[in-house]
Amino acid sequence: MTTGAAGAWAGASAIATEVRSGGRSAASVVEEHLAAIAVLDGELHAFLTVLADQARADAAAVDAAVAAGEDPGPLAGVPVALKDNLCTRGVPTTCSSRILEHWRPPYDATVVGRLRAAGAVVVGKTNLDEFAMGSSTENSAFGPTRNPYDLARVPGGSSGGSAVAVAAGLAALALGSDTGGSIRQPASFCGVVGMKPTYGTVSRYGLVAFASSLDQIGPFARSVADAALLHDVVAGHDPMDSTSLDRPAPATAAAAAGEGVEGLRIGLLAEFVEDVDPSVAGAVRAGAEALAAAGASVEEVSVPQLHFGLPAYYLIAPAEASSNLARYDGVRYGLRVDAPDVEAMNRATREAGFGPEVKRRIMLGTYALSAGYYDAYYGQAQKVRTLIIAAFDDAYRRFDALIGATAPSTAFPIGAKVDDPLQMYLSDVCTIPSNLAGHPAMSVPFGADAGGLPIGVQVLAPALGEATMLRVAGALEVAAPALAAPALAAPGAGATR
Amino acid sequence: MDDARRLTREDAAYVARLARLELTEEELDTYADQLAAVLEHAAQVAALDTGGVVPTAHPLPLENVLRPDEPRPSLDRDEVLAAAPAVEDRRFRVPRVLGESP
Repeated sequence: MTTGAAGAWAGASAIATEVRSGGRSAASVVEEHLAAIAVLDGELHAFLTVLADQARADAAAVDAAVAAGEDPGPLAGVPVALKDNLCTRGVPTTCSSRILEHWRPPYDATVVGRLRAAGAVVVGKTNLDEFAMGSSTENSAFGPTRNPYDLARVPGGSSGGSAVAVAAGLAALALGSDTGGSIRQPASFCGVVGMKPTYGTVSRYGLVAFASSLDQIGPFARSVADAALLHDVVAGHDPMDSTSLDRPAPATAAAAAGEGVEGLRIGLLAEFVEDVDPSVAGAVRAGAEALAAAGASVEEVSVPQLHFGLPAYYLIAPAEASSNLARYDGVRYGLRVDAPDVEAMNRATREAGFGPEVKRRIMLGTYALSAGYYDAYYGQAQKVRTLIIAAFDDAYRRFDALIGATAPSTAFPIGAKVDDPLQMYLSDVCTIPSNLAGHPAMSVPFGADAGGLPIGVQVLAPALGEATMLRVAGALEVAAPALAAPALAAPGAGATR
Repeated sequence: MDDARRLTREDAAYVARLARLELTEEELDTYADQLAAVLEHAAQVAALDTGGVVPTAHPLPLENVLRPDEPRPSLDRDEVLAAAPAVEDRRFRVPRVLGESP
């Protein structure tokens, strides 16, 4: 592509600075991104809904504010994509499910309101594994999303559409949700930054619930600084979410601005290096060496309890999901399949509306919670959750942050794991423990494998340790080997990396 | 828990009824096998010695959140009802709940 417009590849901070100063119109920024979507998204399928008219109107409002001498906010004119499990008033919010195919929510998620108040322009809603259950974005009722580095491979999941939108330059930023790695793993597969904040720092009001004690909303960006910028806009207490922390969220943008890692104690997690592909292990070790060279003290540490994270998660998350998804009963909103009595209607509606992975998890969760099995499965998993938190606490007495692989492999081929749920679940093995503990964690691109597929290094920190986590992420970003632009990306791709 | 116990097709049918899922015969076979495999993996958790360990239901210490009981705007009723599959007299309409089976 030869339009010569590096603009669609500009970072969020750069776009906002130019738009706020009047140096560039929000209208031109949004047109560039809509054009990139029009050209590329037929093949990538990152978006389920493109909000072209609304985005143009929002951009015009930003430009009008600038012309009137007002400041539209820290994300002025920045195109943002939203995972389609975030409620948008009057705009379809499908969760990639037939059961919500035609639903238009009567309210906006809190994060959506905060984005608009900061001057952001929402360009569309992105594809996901149905109800965020999956690790490849293949479990979408509306078809898979493809990895821009190799169209025959998955982008990861469940927030695959958001990861691809940012990786391919279709949006400068995106929001996803992370219940067991659904932001970090696709970020790793697509060569972008993805962050799961501390549980409770970002309001879940308007995030369609999957597993409420694990779900968190977080940013995708092409740089650590841009991820922090977006996080700081959406984070903060919200009375509409009873699990929202009633205290100021740690400001992360300043930390990302480059305090460095001099003097930080960083643990290299043996469990997240030993059982992963050699190319991934090599990248993590190279990242550890880079941090040491930048002045951190880096030491290998073993936390064997992390091995129990995966089996505990696949009892706890389905249990919560089976309860949360009971609301899809064909009564108040969403699909209804008619039947003579209400219970038959419930059953027929849920059979027609849910896809295979959602049914599988509802079944698993219902079983784990059923009489006779509750103590052996769900109750035991909750105790294991306590053990994992205690093991992390112990590690954080000696370390300020931990690093390891984000995922055990790079992006795998479409179709490779769809028939073997357990193999698919194993791709979350390195990301799940942070969700069980409620801790922040993020993935930073760090080179590629021999086939050119991106690799992510994960940075983990204790609760509310975002500032430290961002310092480590920033140091990794500076030291990371150059990553080629995706094979399929907006004009100007690669100009900045 | 009995280690030899494997999830059966009958178990799957029972769980499907609890979960209000009208599964096909083919789905029951598939899910019985797949759930058994996942539960076998989960058995490593079931086998752990967790004597004296307190369960964690939530990463935050949860407390009741109170607010003043003051009237304030709620979701717009017409907008909410517009999303319902069936409505009558500004209420959700459902098929028969009680009475004889057809």
